[in-house]
Amino acid sequence: MKRVKILVLLALLLIAIVFPVLISPTTAVNDMAVYTMIYAMGVTGWNIFSGYTGYISIGHAVYFGIGAYTMALTCQAWNVPGGYLPFLLLPLAGLVACAFAVPLGFLALRVRRYAFSVTTIALMFIFQLLGYNLRGITNGSLGLYLPQPSWSSGVYDLPFYYVGLALLLLAIGVSWRVRHSKYGLGLLAIRDDEDRAFGLGVKTAAYKLSAYVISAFFVGMTGALFVYFLGTIFPQFVFDPIVDVNLTTMAFLGGLGTISGPILGALIVTPLQQWLLLQFGGSSLNLILFGSFLLVILLLLPQGIVPSVQERWASWRAHRLELARVKSLNGTKNQPALVEKREGR
Amino acid sequence: MSSLVVQGVVLGILTGGVYALMASGLTLIFGVLEIINVAQGILVILGAYMAFVLQQTYHVDLFVGLLITIPLMFGMGVFLEWAFIRRIKGDRITLSILVTYAIALIIEGILGYFFTTNYQVLHAWYIDATIPVDGFYINVIYIFVFLLSVVLLGILYFLVYRTPFGRRLRASMQNRTAASLIGINVSRVQAITFGIGVALAGAGGVAYGATNAFNPASSYDLIYRLLVIIVLAGMGSLGGSLIASLALVIIGDVVALVWSPVWSSTVFFVLLILLLLLRPQGLFGRVEGRKQ
Repeated sequence: MKRVKILVLLALLLIAIVFPVLISPTTAVNDMAVYTMIYAMGVTGWNIFSGYTGYISIGHAVYFGIGAYTMALTCQAWNVPGGYLPFLLLPLAGLVACAFAVPLGFLALRVRRYAFSVTTIALMFIFQLLGYNLRGITNGSLGLYLPQPSWSSGVYDLPFYYVGLALLLLAIGVSWRVRHSKYGLGLLAIRDDEDRAFGLGVKTAAYKLSAYVISAFFVGMTGALFVYFLGTIFPQFVFDPIVDVNLTTMAFLGGLGTISGPILGALIVTPLQQWLLLQFGGSSLNLILFGSFLLVILLLLPQGIVPSVQERWASWRAHRLELARVKSLNGTKNQPALVEKREGR
Repeated sequence: MSSLVVQGVVLGILTGGVYALMASGLTLIFGVLEIINVAQGILVILGAYMAFVLQQTYHVDLFVGLLITIPLMFGMGVFLEWAFIRRIKGDRITLSILVTYAIALIIEGILGYFFTTNYQVLHAWYIDATIPVDGFYINVIYIFVFLLSVVLLGILYFLVYRTPFGRRLRASMQNRTAASLIGINVSRVQAITFGIGVALAGAGGVAYGATNAFNPASSYDLIYRLLVIIVLAGMGSLGGSLIASLALVIIGDVVALVWSPVWSSTVFFVLLILLLLLRPQGLFGRVEGRKQ
C-alpha cells in the first residue's frame, strides 16, 4: 500500500515536470499552468496556519503584497537585471513578509476565530491603502515595473513554472513535516479545542504566531513570484481581496487542513478562474459563473473534496470488509439477513 | 482650523447615520444567525442601483422609492437566507463568509452585466442644493439622509426592544437552543432578521447613492468599513455599532478636512489596531465564553 502511494506520488511529480513541455505551443494554457503552480505553493503555505489551527486568515494578501513589493523594490534599488537573478530574491521576499507577520500576527491573534478573520480583512485593506498612499516608496496607483527577462516567448514561462514547482515541493515538505510533528499536533489541538489544548500545556499563543509566520513566508514568496511573472505591480492587484478569497476557496474546496486538498483546490480553481476571465472577462459574466460555482461547492461539499472522498472510500471499504466477514462466518451466501440489516443503517 | 473641526464633526454626524444603518443590519445578522454577511457591501450598492432604476425609468423620487426598495430588499433577504444561508453545514461562521462572498460575486456580476462598471450618480434637486451654516455650506441631501437614518434607526430600535418580535429576536440572539425550547420558531426569526438586515442595507444604499458616485466595485470599500465598525463595536452589539459608526465617520471627516483626505481612512484603522491591543473584544462586546 505504501509503495503504491509513493509510486503514485512520483508519477504525479513526473506529470508535473513534463506537463509544460507537452503543451508549450499554446501560451494561454502555459500561463495558466504558471499561475496554478504559484497559487498551489501559496495555498499550501496558507494551509500550514489556517488549515491546521482553524484560524481562517482572510488577510494573507498582506504578505502576498509585501513579498511582491519587496521583489519590485529590491530589483529597482539594486538594479537587478531580468533573468534568473531575481529568483534568488524570493527567499528575501518571504523573510520580509515574515518580519511583518510577527507584529501583525501578534495583533490579530489577540482575538478568537471569526473576529480574527474580520481583523485580518481589515489589516489587508490597511495595507492596500498604504500601497496607494506611500507614493514615495510604491509609486502609488501608477505602479512599478519589474525587470523583464529576455527569454524568447516560446520558453518564457518555463523558468517560472519550474521555480514555482520547486517552491511548491518545498512548501509540501514543510507542511508534511509540520503535520507529522508534535508541533503540528499542537496546532491541530488548537483547532479542535483551544482552551483544552492550553490546559494540557500547548503554548497556544506561540504556536499560533509561529505557524502564522511560516505561512506568511510562503505567501510572501508567492506574491514575489507572481509579480515577477506579471512584470508590473499595482497596489490593488497585490493587496487584493480576491487573493485572500482565492486562497481560502482553494483550501476549502480541496479540504481544509489536509496536505493534498489545498493543492487539488488550486488545480481546480486557478484554471477555472483564468479560463472564465479569458472567455467572459469583458461582460462580468465570469463573476456570476465563478460565484455560482463557489456557492454550489460550498453548500454541497462543505468539508471539501479530499475529506468527503476519503469518508466515502472508508465507509465503502468498511462495508466491503463487513460483507466479506459475514460471508466467511456463514461459510455460504444463503443467509443475507444480517448483511441487509447493516446495509439499512 | 477649529472651524474645520466643527465642519468635520457636523458632516460626520450627518453622514455617520448611514453607516450606522448598514452596520446595524450586519451586526444584527451576526448576532442572530451567527454568520458574517460579507455580501452586505454589495447589497448596499444594489439598493443604490434600485433607486437609480426607479429614478431613471419610472421617475420615482429617491425617498419615495424607499417604499418600494425596502420591501423588495426585505423579500430578497428572506429568500437568500432560505436558499443559501440555511443550508450551510459544518464550520458555520467561516463558511458563511465564503458563501456570502459568492453571493456578493454573483450580484456584482449581475450589476456589472446590466449597468457596466461605469460610475453612476443619482440626481435630485436636493442633492446639489446647499444651505449656508456659519461659514460653510451643507448639501441639503446630508440633512435628508440624516433624518432618514434617524427615522429608520428609531423604527429598528423600537422593533428590537419594544415588540414581541423583538423579544423573540433578542432571545434567539442570547441562546438559540433555549429560545427554541421555549417555543420560539428560531429559523423563522433568523429568516426575518436576515431580511431586516438586507432591507437596512438597501435603505443605506439609497442614502449612499445619493451622497456618492457608485459602481459595483464600490462594495469592497463599503464592506471593509462596515466590518471595522462591527469589530470596533463588539460584534453583535446594536448600540455599539451606532456609536462606532458615528465615531469612525466623524474622525474620518475631521482628518480629511484638517489633514488630507488621502489619510482619512488610515486613521480609523490605526484606531482599530489600538483598540485590539487594549480591548480585544471591542468597545461593547462581551468576553467570549467557552463554547462546547
